[in-house]
Amino acid sequence: MKKIISLSIVFLLIVSCGKDLPMSTFDTYGPIAEEQAFLFSIIFWAGMVVLVAVEAAIIYIYFKYRRRKNSNRKAAQFHGNTKLEILWTILPVIFLAVVSVPVLSAIWNFGTMPENPAVVVNVKGHQYWFEFEYPDLDVVTANELHIPVGKQVLINLDSNNVLHSFWIPKIAGKTDIIPNQGNQMWIQADHTGLYYGQCAEFCGESHALMRFRVIVDTDEDFATWIDHQKTEAYVPNDPLEKEGYTIFMSAKAGCGGCHMINGSKKAKGKIGPNLTHVGSRQHLASGIMENTQDNLRKWIKDPGKIKPGNIMASQGAVYMDPNKALTDSEVIALASYLQSLK
Amino acid sequence: MTTIPLKLPFKIDLSRPVNPTGIWDWITTIDHKKIGVLYGVTAFLMFITGGIEALLIRTQLAGPEMKIIAPDVYNQLFTMHATTMIFLGVMPLSAAFFNYIIPLQIGARDVAFPRLNAFSYWTFLFGALIMKSSWFLGGSPNAGWFGYAPITTTTFNAGHGIDFWVVGLQVLGVASLAASFNFIVTIINMRAPGMSFMRLPLFTWMTFITAILLVLAFPVITVALIELMLDRTFDFNFFNTRAGANPLLWQHLFWIFGHPEVYILILPAMGIVSEILPTFSKKPIFGYAAMVLAAAFIAFMGWLVWSHHMFTTGLGPIANSVFTITTMLIAIPTGVKMFNWLGTMWGGNIEFNTPTLFSVGFLSMFLIGGISGVMHSFSASDYQQQDTYFIVAHIHYVLFGGAIFGIFAGIYYWFPKITGRMYDEKMGKLNFWLMFIGQNLTFFPMHFIGMQGMPRRIFTYDANMGWAFWNGVETFSAYIIAFGVLFFIINMLKSWGNGPKAGDDPWDARTLEWSISSPPPVYNFLDVPKVEALDDFWVKKQKGLSKIKSKTKPKDIHLPQASYWPMLASLGLAIAGYGIIYNLVVCGLGIAMLLITVCAWSFEPVNEPDAH
Repeated sequence: MKKIISLSIVFLLIVSCGKDLPMSTFDTYGPIAEEQAFLFSIIFWAGMVVLVAVEAAIIYIYFKYRRRKNSNRKAAQFHGNTKLEILWTILPVIFLAVVSVPVLSAIWNFGTMPENPAVVVNVKGHQYWFEFEYPDLDVVTANELHIPVGKQVLINLDSNNVLHSFWIPKIAGKTDIIPNQGNQMWIQADHTGLYYGQCAEFCGESHALMRFRVIVDTDEDFATWIDHQKTEAYVPNDPLEKEGYTIFMSAKAGCGGCHMINGSKKAKGKIGPNLTHVGSRQHLASGIMENTQDNLRKWIKDPGKIKPGNIMASQGAVYMDPNKALTDSEVIALASYLQSLK
Repeated sequence: MTTIPLKLPFKIDLSRPVNPTGIWDWITTIDHKKIGVLYGVTAFLMFITGGIEALLIRTQLAGPEMKIIAPDVYNQLFTMHATTMIFLGVMPLSAAFFNYIIPLQIGARDVAFPRLNAFSYWTFLFGALIMKSSWFLGGSPNAGWFGYAPITTTTFNAGHGIDFWVVGLQVLGVASLAASFNFIVTIINMRAPGMSFMRLPLFTWMTFITAILLVLAFPVITVALIELMLDRTFDFNFFNTRAGANPLLWQHLFWIFGHPEVYILILPAMGIVSEILPTFSKKPIFGYAAMVLAAAFIAFMGWLVWSHHMFTTGLGPIANSVFTITTMLIAIPTGVKMFNWLGTMWGGNIEFNTPTLFSVGFLSMFLIGGISGVMHSFSASDYQQQDTYFIVAHIHYVLFGGAIFGIFAGIYYWFPKITGRMYDEKMGKLNFWLMFIGQNLTFFPMHFIGMQGMPRRIFTYDANMGWAFWNGVETFSAYIIAFGVLFFIINMLKSWGNGPKAGDDPWDARTLEWSISSPPPVYNFLDVPKVEALDDFWVKKQKGLSKIKSKTKPKDIHLPQASYWPMLASLGLAIAGYGIIYNLVVCGLGIAMLLITVCAWSFEPVNEPDAH
């Protein structure tokens, strides 16, 4: 019975580590995640040996030493076995001493920051989204981190609110974002593509919805992206987009109090995400939905329903004061303006 | 001593209750056995509430993007589930065994401070009620069971939920500290003649070590809780990050308490298993001294590993290297214990009844939790597992497959002693297999989805993450566990009144509690036993010396008398607790009540002054 269970557990373990899942730590695309998966495999297989050996011993004991009816067998009376006890104390010591070498070397590898990183990114955790600032390139964006392929990127982690944790399973294990602590980590991705990240430290009501994407570009694509991010925001001509622009910049809606639109004099806020090029992002609301007109309207209409407890829903004037609430046509206009900000 | 030596400024009737009956008997009792039963029943009820919270959590996670439970309620549920299971479930269930079993195992008539023991129970009860009442008073704590600052400060958490948590834990801490001091003194001073430390039953040893850990660990979290309370109630700045605080202070304090706490939860279960396996294998424990030393080493090392809960907090390579190595070292004594349990069974004539099944279940499940624990000691790769479901899997293999299996083993094992009745063996085995299968199907897949990137404490997840299948399996299996527990409850209720008579020593066991009648008389032992060996009762039985008639008459035995004051003192503490949350004047009144009742307690007379 137990044998079958143990065997099926091992079997399930092997079949279930599906590599192609979006956040699988076995499917690595960078040197850090790769080394972490390697270290895990060492201790995983060593653990499997111990697991199988001890569970097998338990099953053996069950069949060999279980009390049977009508049997007069006496239990052997012994109190210990010094040689055996020394053996099973020493063997783990030797094993752990050996495996601690690659572990310690990895700790220093991950913990030593690159002296000449290709890019520096200041990551700020908010409730519940990520802000990405490229201090040397003078670019600020949110929720979609672009990095060049095959280069070391230095990440400075900060928060002016609660704890968060920065994690891209396929590229690198997590580092916590702690106010007043100034944590750093470095990452490197060896393949272009889109990767999933998620906040991994409980940060409040919508912690589950605090996600982000990492887009690994070729050097040219990265340079193009940066150049584009540096441009000022598009000023619309289309009547609907223009109407949205007017609402966005109006004192009544007050969007600009929290959101930055580069080039605008009225939208200079730093509390919410920088929206200068929000239309060019693939996702909305920290990676929880596709960037489409429909989703954007839903978000603007009632952000608290999509992401409970977010600050825009609880402190934005148009959401707090029923007299200022956005009408459906205003929502449509705002959404088309924001989508025009490519 | 016939009069009260101190003139009180007011007249107060300090007389003790005389032979109270019914509910008053339970409220005023200071008999360690009754208190043990109170602890056990209360903690089990709390365990059920924690289980219901777990089922709600699992129901919400059954599929992707489910909307059964609102996010804020979900956050309260996982906070309360863990807080309940740890502080109101496993710890007091262990305390129930300490209370009932320790005096019997060491041949004593009661604990060293019987009234303090009652105070511990009532304080635990009121602490639990404070914690649980938050559900009905505007919302429960919602920051996770380790409540990482600064999300617990009023800036980010304005409601009263966290206040209930802060106050409830402090009150529970008082209960734990009082109980721990009591058991340390009891075990040191009240051992029967001849019962040297190296003749103590292993359960008593584990209790002793646990109590020492508690006495040293709880003050650390109390400091943290008081700091947080000052922040929340009096606008202090310990964790106010906007005034420059580094919130890591909380994590250090919490885990300096929190890691020894892990051993506080598991050592009693290890002790229970160390009683059961020799009894049913009909063999002495393998390597008694090694078992004691290993536990002591684990307890000591428990103080040197706290930062392995903080590998991702950026402490730097030096700290992470040191804590990697200290954490790895803990695997060694734990391995020694595991092998010694196997050695105990080896060559035995083992009866696989319900307590044995749960004990062997403990070994095989705790092994898995231990192995995943060593995996976490690999800090560099732990950066991937930290705060994922892999950790959730680990903690449940240690605490559910470990501590809870051990506790269930203990309940079945001592049930005949406590009630004088035998439980239903068939239903017990059904209970075990349902819990064993449920445990593995619920918690093992959490390893997979953790490695596939599912963070813990999320109320929802996307369908395209590929986590849905195993989450569905886990939710289904959580209900299997619930059914297992249901059979346990039916078995207990049925057998407590109507089970067949068990006899004094149904297991042909080894320790002193089995040498007296079942249930034990109020005075425990007619004559204080004289101990000449480890497993003295077993040795005497082998020599045919166990059945010597005593000449002592029960009425000649002096026993401590019942008292109102422990319960009233606890009530004062509870009122002070609610006062901190709602109104400081009420808090002052509660503290006054506590002081007055403690004074009255001190000057309480004895009903039969001439008794010896």
